[in-house]
Amino acid sequence: MTATTKSLRRWSAVHKWTSLICTLFMLLLCTTGLPLIFHDEIDDLLHSSVKPAEAPAGTPPANLDHLLANALAQAPGKVPHFLIWDRDEPGAIWVSVGPTIDANPVNNLLIRMDTLTGAYLDSPDVTGRFTYIMLKLHTDMFAGLPGKLFLGLMGILFCVAIISGIVVYAPSMRKLRFGAYRAQRTRVVRWLDVHNLAGILLVAWTLVVGFTGVINTWADLVLKMWQFGQLAEMTAQYKDRPVPSKLTSLNGAVEVARHAVPGMTPSFVAFPGTLFSSKSHYAVFLHGDTPLTSRLLKPALIDAETGTLTDSRDMPWYVSTLYISQPLHFGDYGGMPLKIAWALLDILTIFILVTGVYLWMRRRKAGVSQERAIANAAAIDNPALTS
Amino acid sequence: MVAHRSLSQIFAAPLVIAIVSTVGLVSALVGDGWWDAVSWAALGLPVLLYLLFVWRRRPN
Repeated sequence: MTATTKSLRRWSAVHKWTSLICTLFMLLLCTTGLPLIFHDEIDDLLHSSVKPAEAPAGTPPANLDHLLANALAQAPGKVPHFLIWDRDEPGAIWVSVGPTIDANPVNNLLIRMDTLTGAYLDSPDVTGRFTYIMLKLHTDMFAGLPGKLFLGLMGILFCVAIISGIVVYAPSMRKLRFGAYRAQRTRVVRWLDVHNLAGILLVAWTLVVGFTGVINTWADLVLKMWQFGQLAEMTAQYKDRPVPSKLTSLNGAVEVARHAVPGMTPSFVAFPGTLFSSKSHYAVFLHGDTPLTSRLLKPALIDAETGTLTDSRDMPWYVSTLYISQPLHFGDYGGMPLKIAWALLDILTIFILVTGVYLWMRRRKAGVSQERAIANAAAIDNPALTS
Repeated sequence: MVAHRSLSQIFAAPLVIAIVSTVGLVSALVGDGWWDAVSWAALGLPVLLYLLFVWRRRPN
């Protein structure tokens, strides 16, 4: 056996085992991911929501303190965690409230408010929604952080499967033109061609979506890193201060942040004591206005007792990496045609997974190992396989 | 069937497609309008090629 054959056998073993381990989970991720591409459209179709009031262009937004008070009137005894400007619906602002300031925000109540009038719109329970169930299955299979990290591991195996797939593509194609589809041959040959063709055509997309998905599974850890790193540094002088007894104006804090970071738009505010802030600050997160910079957030920390700016810095590279990897995974950054392309590529990925499993089963049945079939491309013409 | 192909022959087309896809992935992040259109075309290409290759040689 030559060195090349040996190394090809090793690569095909890698391709086989990484694929086999992750395939079931990748099928789950691809099928749940498909409706998630269109989650906005599906939600609009399945659920009605109160429309914000019509107002002539240029109407100034409501005072945020007034808006917040109206929101809290809808949730007696709850405390605000976050105030979030809706990315897609400029007429709406969300107030996220929990039972206590240190309660897990995952279980928060979301109150939707009118940006211009500051009036209450609705507070939909999203947890029963089809898109929510898909999202949970897709991100952690209802198993919390361990589930998330596990799916991340499957994603890494998927990326290794793609890379080893590129290597074993070569011997398969030694006697074939690019894009060969031997339509007159038996199913195992046709499906091998389909598997090779779709696999190689989609290499860049599957690698990017796969790897950005892996990065997304680390979001909670990245947040923790930022909290104990940059955020702790920025608020070091406040470490031993008592929690402010009375919070300064939210509206004022957002105005100070706007002036401190000119040219950027507020995206959300984290209240003092939440995961995204210190116990003494409003953290106002602002975004830019191009498709790329609208994904990159910059925090401005406003002293919640005096209402003055403490600090504002660009986020560290590991947070920026996470933010940029999000659109690249979701496909939501180029309008409906991009979403449709995403969906078609996702369906083709399902094809690759299914044909891959089929090829493995057929070769097993025929007693031809994957390694041999790939290392020796002629094995595909073996009568045991093509009969 | 064609004669034994070299690695560069095998990987020339896939390399071009991977580069085009990458341009498509980045383009819509950079800007709107034409940038988005480049993205749609570049990421539509692999799907189009797949259909083309499979349909062209479909058994009658």
